[in-house]
Amino acid sequence: MAVRKKSSREEWEEQSQAGKQPARGRGRTISGMPIEPLYTPDDLRGWSYEEKLGYPGHFPYTRGVYHSMYRGRPWTIRQFAGYGTAEETNRRYKFLLSQGQAGLSVAFDMPTLMGYDSDDPLSRGEVGHCGVAIDSLEDMETLFGGIRLDTITTSMTINSPAAILYAMYIAVGEKSGVKPAQLGGTLQNDILKEYIAQKEYIFPPEPSMRLVVDTIVFAAREMPRWNPVSISGYHIREAGSTAIQELAFTLADGMAYVEATIKAGMPVDDFAPRLSFFFDSHIDFFEEIAKFRAARRLWAHIMRDRYQAKDPRSWILRFHTQTAGVSLTRQQVENNISRTAYEALAAVLGGTQSLHTNSMDEVLALPTERAAQIALRTQQVLAHETGVTETIDPLAGSYYLEHLTDEMERGARRYFERVDEQGGVLACIENGFFQREIADAAFEFERQLEANERIVVGVNAYQEKEGSPVPTLKIGRETEQGQVRRVKAVRERRDNTSVQNRLVELKVAARGSQNLMPALIDCVRAYATEGEIMAALKEVFGVYREPILF
Amino acid sequence: MAVEKKVAAGGRGAHQKWRVLTCKVGLDGHDRGVKVVSRALRDAGVEVIYAGLRQTPEMVVEAAIQEDVDAIGVSLHSGAHMTLIPRILELLKERDASEIIVFGGGIIPEDDALELKRLGVAEIFGPGTSLQAIVEFVNRGFQQAA
Repeated sequence: MAVRKKSSREEWEEQSQAGKQPARGRGRTISGMPIEPLYTPDDLRGWSYEEKLGYPGHFPYTRGVYHSMYRGRPWTIRQFAGYGTAEETNRRYKFLLSQGQAGLSVAFDMPTLMGYDSDDPLSRGEVGHCGVAIDSLEDMETLFGGIRLDTITTSMTINSPAAILYAMYIAVGEKSGVKPAQLGGTLQNDILKEYIAQKEYIFPPEPSMRLVVDTIVFAAREMPRWNPVSISGYHIREAGSTAIQELAFTLADGMAYVEATIKAGMPVDDFAPRLSFFFDSHIDFFEEIAKFRAARRLWAHIMRDRYQAKDPRSWILRFHTQTAGVSLTRQQVENNISRTAYEALAAVLGGTQSLHTNSMDEVLALPTERAAQIALRTQQVLAHETGVTETIDPLAGSYYLEHLTDEMERGARRYFERVDEQGGVLACIENGFFQREIADAAFEFERQLEANERIVVGVNAYQEKEGSPVPTLKIGRETEQGQVRRVKAVRERRDNTSVQNRLVELKVAARGSQNLMPALIDCVRAYATEGEIMAALKEVFGVYREPILF
Repeated sequence: MAVEKKVAAGGRGAHQKWRVLTCKVGLDGHDRGVKVVSRALRDAGVEVIYAGLRQTPEMVVEAAIQEDVDAIGVSLHSGAHMTLIPRILELLKERDASEIIVFGGGIIPEDDALELKRLGVAEIFGPGTSLQAIVEFVNRGFQQAA
C-alpha cells in the first residue's frame, strides 16, 4: 500500500505541535475573532485581487481612497483640543497651528455638548472641564480670534446641538469676511451613535434625524468644503463593542443617514461625497487594519449597489481615526505612549485621512501641554521617520490580513441583516439591540481580563508599586465663575426683543418642515445663547429617555 | 464570586442582601464602566439598582433613601467630581442618612481621589480596577482593603 507523502503543511503542523512551545490551536483577537497560528495561500482560495482590492483610488477602494495616498499628501494631524475658556483654548490653537498642525479640532465642555448655558444649575462643576465652554456667538468669536478660517479646516465634536454650533461657525466666518462656501471642516453631528453608545442625546430620534438631514442638505447646497456628519464608530468601540460591531453599527448608521436624506428629496450623489467617518484604532494591530480596509470595501459596495450612487466620490469612505482612549491604563501611565504609537501605526497602515493620538495622561484628566506635545510628536515620528508613507497599503496580499479583512466584511454583513430584520437602525435603538450587544461585549472583555485570559501590562501583569501621583491639568473654579459672568453680560448687552423674535421664528420653523439652518443662523447672529435655542427646540421636539439596561 | 451580607440588624439596611444604587451623576454619558460594575455586583449577589444617566445629587440621594440602599456607587467622567460628589455627601448628612456609604469611579485624578476620601467617600476606583477588587470591597462591608 502506497503511503501518501506528507504535505509540507502537515509536516509543519506536526512540528509546531511537538515543539517546546506548541502553537496553540486557536488564538483570538481582542474582539474574540478566532485566529490560526499560520495563514497560507489556502486561506485565500478563490480570492481575486481585482474583486477584493483593486487599485488605490479605484473601486472597491480597499487599498485607499486616493490614487497617490500618503505619497501625494500625508494624513492630517488633527489633535482634539479644548478646555476652560474660549480665550485659553484660542491660545492652545494658535500654539498647535504654530507647531505644524494643519487642522483644528474643537472639544466642547459637557454643558455645551448637552445644550446648557454655563449658568444653568445643571452645569455646576462642569464648565470648561472636558472641553471649551461656548454659550453664544461671542465665545465662538473669541475661540477663533486671529485665526483665518479660510486657511484651516475645523472639526467640531458636537452632536445634539451640532446645528447650532455649525450656525455659529458660519456666523464667525461671515463677520470676518469668509463666505460659507470657503469654510472647510467637519461636524461630528452623528446622533445615532449617541443613542447607541455615547448617550449625549437630547431630542427623540426622529426630530434628531431631521436636524442631521437639515445640516446635510444645507452643506450640500451652500458649503462644498464641509463634511456635515462624521459617522462615528469611535464611541461605539469605546463603549465596549467588538471591532466587527464598531464597523457594522457605524456603517448601518451611515445607511440610515443616506436613506433619510434621500427621503428628504436630495439625490444621493448630491450629498454622499461629503459624508465622512470616524473610527477607533484599538490595540489589536492587524484586526484594526483589516477593519479600516473592510470599511472602505463595504461602503463602496453599499453606495454603488444598494443606493445606486453613480459618482465615484459617493463610493469612497474617508475617515478620521483616534487611538483608543479605553486602551490606556492608569497604572504606569508612560506605557500609554507606546500603546498610542502602535495604534497610530495601525490607523496609518489602514489608510486614515486624519489622526488624533491620545496623550498618556488622558486616563486621568485632560492632557497637560507636555503630554499633548508627546502625542503630537508621536505622529510626526511616524510620518517622517518610519517610512510608512512611502508605499500604499503595504500589507495588502498578506494571507492573514486579507483573511481578516474578509472576515470583518462577512461579520458586518451578518449584522446588517440582523438590523434589517428588526426594522432598521431606529427600531434597533428603541428595542435596545445595539446597547445590549455592546454591554455584553464590554462585560465579556472585562471577564477575560479578570480571568487573566488577556494581559494588560501594568494592570494584571508586570505590576509595579504605585508611584507618586501624575501631575494633571486642573481647571480652576474661576473658569466657571468667569464664564457665568460672560454669558450674563451677553444677555444684558444684546437686543433682547430681537432674540425673542428669532426664537419664536425658530419654533415656527421647527413645527413646520423647512430646513432649520437659516432660522438657527438668525438666532446665533442675534446672540441667542445655545441654552436658549435648545430650550426653544425642546419645546417643539420634546426630550428622549433611554430604556435602562445593564 | 458571591458576596454575603454579614450584618442584618434592624433599621436601614435590614434586608438580606447588600443593596447598592449605581448611577451616573453629571452630564457625561460614559456608562460602560458603571454598567460593567453593576452587572458584576449583581452576578455576585448584590441587589443593584442602576439609576441611569444624568442624575443630580438631589435625585441620587432621594432615590438612595427611598430604595433603602446600603451604598451609592457614583460614576463620573466629566471632571465635575469635586463639585457633585461632595454635594451628595452634604445632602446625605442633611437628610440624616450619612450611614449610606458613597464610593465612586471614573476619570478622577489621584489627588482628587485622595481629597474625596478625606471628605468621606469610602473608595474611588480608577480605570484599571479589577471587578474582583470592587466585589471584595462590598464583601468587606464597603471597607477599603487594609
